Amino acid sequence: MTAIRVVLPVHLRNLARTGKEVTVSVPGSGDGVTQRAVLDALELAYPVLRGTIRDRQTGKRRAFVRFYACEQDLSNEPPDEPLPPAVAAALAAGTEPFLVVGAMAGG
Amino acid sequence: MTAVRVLAGTRKGAFVLTSDEKREKWSVTGPHFGGWEIYHLKGSPADPDRIYASQNTGWFGQLIQRSDDGGLSWQPVGNDFTYAGASAGQQGPGTHLWYDGTAKPWEFKRIWHLEPSRTDPDTVYAGAEDAALFKSTDGGVTWTELTGLRTHPTGPSWQPGAGGLCPHTIILQEPRIYVAISAAGTLRSDDDGETWRVINRGLLSEGIPDPDAEAGHCVHHVEAHPARPDTLFMQKHWDVMRSDDAGENWYEISGNLPSDFGFPIGVHPHEAETLYVVPITSDSLHYPPDGALKVWRSRTGGNEWEPLTEGLPQHDCYVNVYRDAMSIDTLDEAGVYFGTTGGQVYVSPDSGDTWAPIVRDLPAVLSVEVQVLP
Repeated sequence: MTAIRVVLPVHLRNLARTGKEVTVSVPGSGDGVTQRAVLDALELAYPVLRGTIRDRQTGKRRAFVRFYACEQDLSNEPPDEPLPPAVAAALAAGTEPFLVVGAMAGG
Repeated sequence: MTAVRVLAGTRKGAFVLTSDEKREKWSVTGPHFGGWEIYHLKGSPADPDRIYASQNTGWFGQLIQRSDDGGLSWQPVGNDFTYAGASAGQQGPGTHLWYDGTAKPWEFKRIWHLEPSRTDPDTVYAGAEDAALFKSTDGGVTWTELTGLRTHPTGPSWQPGAGGLCPHTIILQEPRIYVAISAAGTLRSDDDGETWRVINRGLLSEGIPDPDAEAGHCVHHVEAHPARPDTLFMQKHWDVMRSDDAGENWYEISGNLPSDFGFPIGVHPHEAETLYVVPITSDSLHYPPDGALKVWRSRTGGNEWEPLTEGLPQHDCYVNVYRDAMSIDTLDEAGVYFGTTGGQVYVSPDSGDTWAPIVRDLPAVLSVEVQVLP
């Protein structure tokens, strides 16, 4: 298992009753970690977040949620593709978090 | 000592307003779920401290919150409103009509209305956009679609109103259930939601190709008096309507209203022929005629209406009152409540004769429900 830091937007922190950052356990050694694996681990640790990041029915990222890490926008990367090696290494090392972000979109 | 609790859902959270039976001095708590749209929250008639709330944003989707202590604390319960026939990553069968005339697969968007059972605190119904009715029997933890509504033979012809294809009215008279959907119309089930029939005969809507079509009417809200379950009152897109035969036939009761466009309609709890509406100018001008906010009351079951103005702003007022934003308590001298898009919640402790604001500066009010507590 690999411990990965995840930063949550304020509404999801409140919902999960946690702080800005959580650490989740993702299967594997870190090499080849996927977006889906990180999000599955997050939802496993915080079931209340199911449906708030990915649509319950389609499993797709909700339109106004973005995923960033290492100053890269991973939002539109295929969820089952391994994350870029430098990103995966930084997440596995704990030097960078995986950011779940509420998109800038009025309201 | 009797208390009154008003549950207000707004664009940016929920608020709980409480008073004694005089309804003069109020305390306000909230926002609960600050920043989220609360389309509706409603308490269980069987256990007033059991309250359900629909919490949504465009960012993070739909949640249902439940309180077991009258709104002091909340816990998120189930938010899986997967439509029957759908599987992971796959939409379910069937379509409705989209704005461009194409057939669009059904897609869950939000819960507009929550209707707790009259007898069981753990049973609650939810009206889901697009046009689905869900039921929970475990306090909102799990939800099952009552598929007979969405799969009605007229379903493929249903088209969203401006707000979406929303089931906004749920009237429980188990085993009878009424549901109203914009812009499909009103439907009735006599078997606990298994099968449904469209009940729109008598409705005339100029905005659709066939004004008296079986389905396609933009019904805004429907209410029934508990003692007269077959009598229904409807505020349609245009027209205030009435049925005395469980929706089989409708006739117009707009009478002398200055405009028969509006959203909410209310029925007095002790006078089954006393009604309340809040006319707004038109479909394109969603504010009161002449900038004067007036509730109109009929004591004759419609057609003859009187304006109620004392305590309401009579100039420079351009707010709207949404379909679920009016409620009436059951005290001997019934209290009438409504919330506005300007953030005011008004109370009349004397059946509409006089009004006063409970609060003036909430976010836009989406829903108002009142409870009388022993």
